[in-house]
Amino acid sequence: MQTIRVNRVLVTVLMAVAGIFFIMPFLWMLSASFKPELDVMKYPIQWIPETWRAIENYREVIFGTVPFGLYYWNSIKVTLATTAFSLTISSMAAYGFSKIAFKGRDFLFLVVLATFMIPSQAVLVPQFIIYRWFGLFDSHTGLMLLGASGVLGTFMLRQFFMGINNEIIESARIDGANHWSIFCKIALPLVTPGLATYMILRFIWTWNDYQGPLVFLRSENLYTIQLGIRKFSDMHGEFYSLMMAGTVIAIFPLLLIFIFGQKYVIAGVASGSVKG
Amino acid sequence: MKQRKQSFYNSIAGYLFVLPMLLTTMLLTIIPIFLSGIISFTDWNFITGLGNIHFIGFGNYEELFKDEHFWRAMKNNLTMILTVPFSMIIALVLAVLIDRVTYFKSFFKVIYFMPFISSFVAVSLLWRVLYHPTSGPINGFLKSIGIANPPLWLADPQYALIAVMIIMVWTGLGFNMILFIAGLQGIPKDLYEAADMDGASKFRQFMNVTIPMLSPTIFFLLITGIIGSFKVFDLVMVLTEGGPAGSTSVIVHYLYEVAFVNLRSGYASAIGILLLFSLMIVTVVQWFGQKKWVNY
Repeated sequence: MQTIRVNRVLVTVLMAVAGIFFIMPFLWMLSASFKPELDVMKYPIQWIPETWRAIENYREVIFGTVPFGLYYWNSIKVTLATTAFSLTISSMAAYGFSKIAFKGRDFLFLVVLATFMIPSQAVLVPQFIIYRWFGLFDSHTGLMLLGASGVLGTFMLRQFFMGINNEIIESARIDGANHWSIFCKIALPLVTPGLATYMILRFIWTWNDYQGPLVFLRSENLYTIQLGIRKFSDMHGEFYSLMMAGTVIAIFPLLLIFIFGQKYVIAGVASGSVKG
Repeated sequence: MKQRKQSFYNSIAGYLFVLPMLLTTMLLTIIPIFLSGIISFTDWNFITGLGNIHFIGFGNYEELFKDEHFWRAMKNNLTMILTVPFSMIIALVLAVLIDRVTYFKSFFKVIYFMPFISSFVAVSLLWRVLYHPTSGPINGFLKSIGIANPPLWLADPQYALIAVMIIMVWTGLGFNMILFIAGLQGIPKDLYEAADMDGASKFRQFMNVTIPMLSPTIFFLLITGIIGSFKVFDLVMVLTEGGPAGSTSVIVHYLYEVAFVNLRSGYASAIGILLLFSLMIVTVVQWFGQKKWVNY
């Protein structure tokens, strides 16, 4: 027993050393964002800044010439709306595909599943054209719609709905409840963990989306944080301390959500979902 | 009669429930993929309007086969596939260690998973600074351990692709690891007990129990990993824009350039369709291949 313990401690230490490679770039980023520009690239690295310039750096990023606050607000707006939109559409479809028997259901599900294979880049040009026709180009509504068709969410939530016993739904039907009230009052509460998982993943993906805003936004006052930070780095390319402060701010909400929801994120990924 | 009414009601309700999803998928994926197919046979710049559409048959596809830029991008994409087995092997080792022999399991899971949830834009900007050829911390470290002329990373055509691939492994490893841990936890303990009774060493147990039992996970990660490596866009766009000298150019970045910088909608659509077919081939090949080695 004693030897096993020693092994365990040893492996833990080894893992911690390996783990450093994963956490170190983030720590470096954080530390650089607190420093005056001249100290950022000094080697050996000063992990704890000798001179602090944290407040000034962050103030300059948030209230400086690049409207970071606006980009942030745009991102929050688009991400929250997309997540809500996608959650509604996906959970409804997931319920329909798993708990209602209707003609052509399996065929439709197969078609939907097949679209999952199509890389988003292969449809970029026609999407762009369709967006221009419908006036969705260069608008937040267009972006929200882009993330809303949740094929992946439908697939994921369907697994959760299938776990619900059919008898519960049948007996509610016999008692005269229609599908909509069964969906809202019985089915949804039973799959709360699934909803939480998909909600968090959708939030992370939408927040991180770069391709969508890059192609479908033109006006700078509509930019999301991912475009904003790019622009920021182009303008402040020589100011690494400010750039790092900007990236810290851009990653911050993800970190927050991940810390509180890591159980759900990991469960969602482990259940076989793919990034997309 | 009641039965009939019931099934009619079910059909209507079913369609209504899936309708919003079908509409968005229709508008955003199904119609566009057909349009993409049609546009790929034209020589068209969408700015000029529908009136200026010319059908040129397989012209775009013929041009693609002779397009050096496209083939270089394809070659880079194929090279990037190397990151998939590489990161799978490291992830498997980490997963076994975390699952079987460490303290603070969830802490390690979170640490290795961090790069996966952070946006590619932020990660790219961060690494661009870390890789800085003259004063970046990576080369600072390499010089301090006695390497006088460390690589210039993103600035050097010979190393740029490797630099990008290092980041790909770094970001993707956590995802692979989480899936392997989930797979490991699904292996029944009595298989190991039986192997122990037979006197199999830990290594034999790993080769003869763990690996075969994980084969569905391995298969899944292989498919999604290869497909994912074909779709790398943000990373290349922010890190290098395909440079220096095209050394990190990939298909989707080239597609973006052709479509939205050079405004050649037809040619870009042809690239998109070819990308779709490439991914379909990958999936089909692996789907048939799996029967030989995947245990469910």
